[in-house]
Amino acid sequence: MATTGMKVKDLSVFYGEKEAVKKVSLSFSPKQVTALIGPSGCGKSTFLRSLNRMNDTIGGVKTTGEIWIDDVNVNDPSVDVVELRQQIGMVWQRPNPFHKSIYENIAFGPRYHGIKNKKKLDEIVEDSLRRAALWNETKDRLHNSALALSGGQQQRLCIARSIAVKPKVILMDEPASALDPVSTSKIEELIAELKKEYCIVIVTHNMQQAARVSDRTAFFYMGKLIETDDTDKMFTNPSEKETDDYISGRFG
Amino acid sequence: MNAKTADKVATVVICLFAGIIVLVLLGLLGFILFRGLSHISWDFLTSAPETIKAGGGIGPQLFNSLFLLVLTMLITIPLGLGAGIYMSQYAKPGKVTNSIRLVVEVLSSFPSIVVGLFGLLVFVNIMGIGFSLFSGALALTVFNLPLMVRITEQAMAGVPREQKEASLALGLSRWKTITSVMLPIAMPAIITGTILAAGRVFGEAAALLFTAGMSSPRLDFTDWNPLSPFSPLNPFRPAETLAVHIWKINSEGLAPDAGEIAAGASAVLVLTVLLFNFGARWFGRFMHRKFTATR
Ligand SMILES: Nc1ncnc2c1ncn2[C@@H]1O[C@H](COP(=O)(O)OP(=O)(O)OP(=O)(O)O)[C@@H](O)[C@H]1O
Ligand SMILES: [Mg+2]
Repeated sequence: MATTGMKVKDLSVFYGEKEAVKKVSLSFSPKQVTALIGPSGCGKSTFLRSLNRMNDTIGGVKTTGEIWIDDVNVNDPSVDVVELRQQIGMVWQRPNPFHKSIYENIAFGPRYHGIKNKKKLDEIVEDSLRRAALWNETKDRLHNSALALSGGQQQRLCIARSIAVKPKVILMDEPASALDPVSTSKIEELIAELKKEYCIVIVTHNMQQAARVSDRTAFFYMGKLIETDDTDKMFTNPSEKETDDYISGRFG
Repeated sequence: MNAKTADKVATVVICLFAGIIVLVLLGLLGFILFRGLSHISWDFLTSAPETIKAGGGIGPQLFNSLFLLVLTMLITIPLGLGAGIYMSQYAKPGKVTNSIRLVVEVLSSFPSIVVGLFGLLVFVNIMGIGFSLFSGALALTVFNLPLMVRITEQAMAGVPREQKEASLALGLSRWKTITSVMLPIAMPAIITGTILAAGRVFGEAAALLFTAGMSSPRLDFTDWNPLSPFSPLNPFRPAETLAVHIWKINSEGLAPDAGEIAAGASAVLVLTVLLFNFGARWFGRFMHRKFTATR
């Protein structure tokens, strides 16, 4: 299922006149975690959100360049964004479960995509919650409001929700930065687990986290991709001076 | 005067004004209820009015008011919801959208007597609908619709962006996102606003004088065929509403107990509008709790 990665070529994103992402080329391999790091405002979120065309939903954003998933160019105007987005899951910084029951949060997507059979849906809900390591905590209250869960649980629910529609790629924008240390390490364990099947791209401000969870790291600075390499190498022996300065905490 | 004294003086003045307003309001309410409550009885609420004898009721008027409310809402709610959703989710910000918004604002602040005359000209005469509930409902729509559009627009805009994005990111269409994710969240605000708008319809008189008319045919409450001329359900018959009735008996009532009838009818009107307001608050809170709290 998940032998798909993504390939970005010369991607630029403009907010009006302002170029927030500048000619970035970058590949994401399947079954790997790629961390995007860089100082605040350098365009990480903008870059991430252009991968599933989420920037389309705000007015005045222009995107150029190519983004390939399988043999589809995401930026091709003829692409069906609705169908495209099903293949690319997304997790936000602040947990944003729907104002629905835990069960409905998960079943909502698959049902829309054509799975009406109750038993099948039950299976998907259980399976997704298990993968998100949330099943044991929620199995007795599946029909309670998702908003009553703790922040960390909500975030895992959001991850479960996104894998329930069987995406190929999962994008995460600082998924643990609003959470306590225990919840954070749960999310990190979860990422390590999900990596076996998915291509994951994660934005993080936490260098230790990037070092812990990712296989590859890409360093952004002022809208440009400065360098990308295996995480081990990036954190021990980066080739660019800016990367070194940032990683060692001399700026940003 | 230093900042501290200025603060104190301002607080006192503001409290004073607030107090006066509350007193006036309570006084008015108390007066209306005091004069009217004793006159309210089941008989008063259900029987037909008398022209020259005492002992008439407000049954048909009460019915007309409620029926007109339903008619107006039947027109306003779908139109307002549709337009509000369009304005908040589909319309691109720009000159056109802004001018639509301006028109909407202006419309909602029109004096109701002007809307009534407009209704007389357009709905009653030019369109030839005549004095009827339907003309009245259309006139009320003219200033209820902008309200409804704004309520919907604001309620939709109040839905957190992340909710919308979460749904779109799952590969749901824009329409499904609006109907299944955003509308449920916006619903408490929309319902509260709608009930408040309904309260306004219920109390409106000026716009109805020249559209719904100032008289009702002898209604036959056993005939529920909406097409027959004496059926209460016929939307194309003239209809005097409660608010219009109050105005009429106060100015030209011939019945010896006209004063009491007006007082009783006013009390009924005020109570109903109050009911709408409290109902709206209660319902809004209830819906809010339903969506956020644990069960
Ligand atoms: N909706 C928007 N309209 C206009 N400019 C924007 C918008 N969103 C972001 N920007 C600008 O684009 C640049 C990149 O923003 P982006 O949010 O991608 O940065 P980031 O790397 O994710 O930062 P952070 O680490 O703080 O989340 C910033 O200069 C920001 O001000
Ligand atoms: Mg960001």
